[in-house]
Amino acid sequence: MIQIEHLTKAFGPRRVVDDLTFNVERGEVLGFLGPNGAGKSTTMRMITGFLPVTAGRVSIGGHDVADEPLAAKRLIGYLPESAASYPDMTVNGFLLFIAELRGLAGDAKKRAVHRVVERCFLDSVLHQSIETLSKGYRHRTCLAQALIHDPDVLIMDEPTDGLDPNQKHEVRNLIREMGKTKAVIFSTHILEEVDAACTRAIIIDRGRMVANGTPASLKAMAQSAGRVTLQVAGQDAANVQAACAKLAEAASAEVLDGKVRVLPKDKTGGAGAGATAGATLARALMALAERERWQVAELHVEEGHLDEVFRNLTFSDTVRA
Amino acid sequence: MNANTSINTDASAKVKPAMKSNTLLHIRAIARRELASFFGSPVAYVFLVIFLLLTGFFTFTVGAFFERGEAGLASFFTWHPWLYLVLVPAVGMRLWAEERRAGTLELLLTMPINPWEAIAGKFLASWIFLGIALLLTFPVVLTVNWLGSPDNGQIFAGYLGSFFLAGAYLAITSMTSALTRNQVVAFIVSVVLCLFLILAGFNPVTDMLTRWASPAVIDTVAAFSVMTHFDGFQRGVVDSRDLLFFVSIIAFALFATATILRNRRAG
Repeated sequence: MIQIEHLTKAFGPRRVVDDLTFNVERGEVLGFLGPNGAGKSTTMRMITGFLPVTAGRVSIGGHDVADEPLAAKRLIGYLPESAASYPDMTVNGFLLFIAELRGLAGDAKKRAVHRVVERCFLDSVLHQSIETLSKGYRHRTCLAQALIHDPDVLIMDEPTDGLDPNQKHEVRNLIREMGKTKAVIFSTHILEEVDAACTRAIIIDRGRMVANGTPASLKAMAQSAGRVTLQVAGQDAANVQAACAKLAEAASAEVLDGKVRVLPKDKTGGAGAGATAGATLARALMALAERERWQVAELHVEEGHLDEVFRNLTFSDTVRA
Repeated sequence: MNANTSINTDASAKVKPAMKSNTLLHIRAIARRELASFFGSPVAYVFLVIFLLLTGFFTFTVGAFFERGEAGLASFFTWHPWLYLVLVPAVGMRLWAEERRAGTLELLLTMPINPWEAIAGKFLASWIFLGIALLLTFPVVLTVNWLGSPDNGQIFAGYLGSFFLAGAYLAITSMTSALTRNQVVAFIVSVVLCLFLILAGFNPVTDMLTRWASPAVIDTVAAFSVMTHFDGFQRGVVDSRDLLFFVSIIAFALFATATILRNRRAG
């Protein structure tokens, strides 16, 4: 549905988005990750046709955004950053206005507004002006606006920014549900959302794509991926550590808080290698425990932390390069 | 509309959007929203009251309506270019600056509409509002008809000219408003541009210029002035060249608005 090829945006000499290429199909939810200022919003603004591209092309459902902007825009529902809406309008008036711009009229218009009002739980504030609403309601109003024409493509710029935990949960559920039938892209810098809602994630840093994969494969890129933690009751941790370190599958072992942490060997070999090596190591440790008749109190394989991957791959503006 | 037909011809690989576009519906929706937003805030009523008070003051007190002893509205229309100089930018300054500031510009321009439909809708709404303000001056017409027997054709021409004059100022304000997110900046730049359009043909200025410039140069500069073209309307002459002048200012400024909006989206 969404095809992005060599997308580049430069403001003067500064390249804000640099040669991004990716596709999103129907049924996919793509999480767009990156530190603040990495070019997430700029990319989304180019996809939605708000900003012209410097180079490359974007096509939505086969329609090039530059050549057939109206056809492409009809397929997109867009939630801009900060969820802008007209503060002096009522929720109902605003949604009717958007429906009209979307080409809906008469009964179809009323039905569409009714549907999104129900879906976004706006019933109780329908006739209130938007400026009097709480941030959560304002956000949902703008989300309702993006869904009003039941778009094939949904693009959301930080859809959970500024919401409370309950509302975040609600929005994530909504995204997951939408992702079943639509092509969805949403940006975030909250890493837990990737696990909660995405089928795939892209990490960009200073305009460049630095990672692209399923949440699990991204996590496997972490240093800690495949690390096995072992705790044995009634044994000195130092003894256990010494025994573990001798295993062929183990690279090294250390003691931490009475537990032994063992790092696997053979982590090289691309994404997912860490997790596989971890599983192999865990089996070896189980066998070892059986031979030694240890009372295993705890044994688990770490799948890696996204924030670790994120920190390794992206540049922090508080650290001097 | 063209976009639709081209989609339908080779729809095999492409996803067909369900809805059709309708230019008039889009313009109407945008204009209606804009008008509702005018009248939903106190600004509209404050403007109407100030406009009517000022026209009254200038016509009757400064313009010496009664002392003239003429059955005409010369003392009414003659002040319009000056009144509009401040009041029209005040109406139009928010058109795009506010959309930019509130972030709704992004929402509006990612809708499946042509940008010029939004420009036209917003312009028409404000122009209609100014038209309403102008119509509310009808008591002046009643007064002069009650006191004497004026040439009502001439008065109608005056109103027509005044309406187009307001439209020209408004289009210029729309252009400057598209440049900035700051309404005050939009207001000041508009006033300066409109002031130039007045002064280029304002007699004290052209008289001063005769000392340095040849008459041909002065005539050329004066041809760009709203004063030169508004004069005819006041005298009751609806000259197609004068109308064309105002229409071209409106068209040019709205075209410039579109260009600015296309090239200055990030700010």
